[in-house]
Amino acid sequence: MLRRVTALDGAVALLILLLMVQVWLLSATLDAYLSGYGDAALPGAICSGLIFVASAGLYWFARRIAAG
Amino acid sequence: MARSSDPLLTKADEPLWRDEFSVFQERERFVNRRQLIKFLTLTSLGMFAGNMWILIRSWLRRSQTYPRQKIAQAGEIPVGGVKLFQYPNSKDQCLLIRTGEEDYVAYSQKCTHLSCAVYFSREENQLICPCHNGRFSVRDGAVIQGPPTRALPHVLLERDGGELVATGMSSELKG
Repeated sequence: MLRRVTALDGAVALLILLLMVQVWLLSATLDAYLSGYGDAALPGAICSGLIFVASAGLYWFARRIAAG
Repeated sequence: MARSSDPLLTKADEPLWRDEFSVFQERERFVNRRQLIKFLTLTSLGMFAGNMWILIRSWLRRSQTYPRQKIAQAGEIPVGGVKLFQYPNSKDQCLLIRTGEEDYVAYSQKCTHLSCAVYFSREENQLICPCHNGRFSVRDGAVIQGPPTRALPHVLLERDGGELVATGMSSELKG
């Protein structure tokens, strides 16, 4: 059980790191959009999507650990 | 008091109350982390949705069309006066400014920094953004000072008899 909890701790730490990058990405894309540079929207959305996929992967990992 | 003499401890150093209140702390911590990961993943999904919203808005803005639209009668506003109008959509506020007897200029009211509404200062003969003190020239919409890096988009105007007609918008410097 302790090893599983440690694995989940690692997943949480990684997720928090990913979310910090995603928050920065969202605010940078919004800033660019509001100042008229719409070209930043597509790469911003792609990167954000990749981060979400990584987060979903970590969630799936956590569920697998929970299932034993 | 020595630990072994505590009547509430068993031989295995387990307090007796654990038998009565069997809370599985390890399991509880485990479930809490799983819920936290679920919450963080949903937050990530929310931010991805925000990025998609920006992307869709950006595409919609790119496919904008500019109809011919009457915006004012010539002479309707005095020299140095301002009239607000919406162009090309009802949500896009613009400013029409009469700079001379026969001279009119029109600009988008959205500051090119962070989209705050600019206003015309007759005393300083400038368009000013009150949010971050960005200033634009009335003559061509160029940035005079402040954080904006691009000129104000200007509305292309035509005279149609006694009426002023908007025919399009341009982000290039006026003139």
